[in-house]
Amino acid sequence: MMKKRIVQLLLAAAGLLCLGVGLAQGGYQTTLAKAVRICMECIGIG
Amino acid sequence: MDKRKKTKRPDFRRKCIQLVSALLYNANLSGFASGTIYKGDLKGVCVPGLNCYSCPGAVASCPLGALQNALSAMPNKLPLYIAGFLLLVGLGLGRIVCGFLCPFGLIQELLYKIPGRKLKKGRWSRRLSWLKYAVLAVFVAAIPLWYAYTAGYPLPGFCKYICPAGTLEGGIPLVALGETYRPLIGWLFTWKTALCAAILLLCVFCYRAFCRFLCPLGAIYSFFCRVALVAVRVDEGKCDGCGLCTRKCLMDVEKVGDRECIQCGLCRHTCPRGAIYFGWERNKKHETETTVSDNAAGAGPAASGGVPEQ
Repeated sequence: MMKKRIVQLLLAAAGLLCLGVGLAQGGYQTTLAKAVRICMECIGIG
Repeated sequence: MDKRKKTKRPDFRRKCIQLVSALLYNANLSGFASGTIYKGDLKGVCVPGLNCYSCPGAVASCPLGALQNALSAMPNKLPLYIAGFLLLVGLGLGRIVCGFLCPFGLIQELLYKIPGRKLKKGRWSRRLSWLKYAVLAVFVAAIPLWYAYTAGYPLPGFCKYICPAGTLEGGIPLVALGETYRPLIGWLFTWKTALCAAILLLCVFCYRAFCRFLCPLGAIYSFFCRVALVAVRVDEGKCDGCGLCTRKCLMDVEKVGDRECIQCGLCRHTCPRGAIYFGWERNKKHETETTVSDNAAGAGPAASGGVPEQ
């Protein structure tokens, strides 16, 4: 049980760290830039 | 007598949550009339479930599409933003997302309600369920990375060649609503439409066929089945190991809460002893009880059975 708690804490810390660094790197803008244009691959045209 | 056994419509609340989440994901209803997509700032945020960001109604991004797009930006930029998002959602909810927060899951469940003969689960379906991990490795990871490193341009393999949600929610409505895309239709659109139709037809006979055999997002969330904070759990003190929960389950589960469990919680109503419950990791009411994940380590009666064929 203790081991599981540690894994959960590590995953939560890793998730928050990744999200924070990703935001600082411009991950939000990258996602936004892709999502506001129609994805031709997604709709089966491009 | 457990109150839950008296419930006439045990799945009603979950269906409501599925419907509300589908509407929230696709709240840009005017897009369906105009044939255009939402372009607001919310599109930089992902929803937890599979929902194409090129759907006219979509107000946020698809995590799988965003992941492939982020992988395509390598090696210049690591996909940390979306990796962090998936880690946190997976840790918090695991495959509850599949059971409650996925519009394409809801569509499949509604199709399965069409009366007729149904395919029973068995060893064949359990084996086929590994296919989604291959789809994840090849179409979501390898193809975008290959193109990023060799050709230098993005190619979201899963979105382009497989995703039926993109075809159903994005491709078909946009082609039907606007004439811009009609001249561009080619073999790819034909392939994706045929594949989407085949998957939807299969879902009439086979419960959540896409989720069970193909969905890479479900594969990602399944990695968290042992550590998810909120999950369906078994009270080992009450469980007598009858195996009714896994026999009645329509997914390919071997144990309640394993990688194939979409955490719908319907087994709570089939358990004659009321031993199954939804719970947080630190649930005081059940704090002395072991979780399904702990049972999986060996001791629990719920862990004893293989996949019983219906």
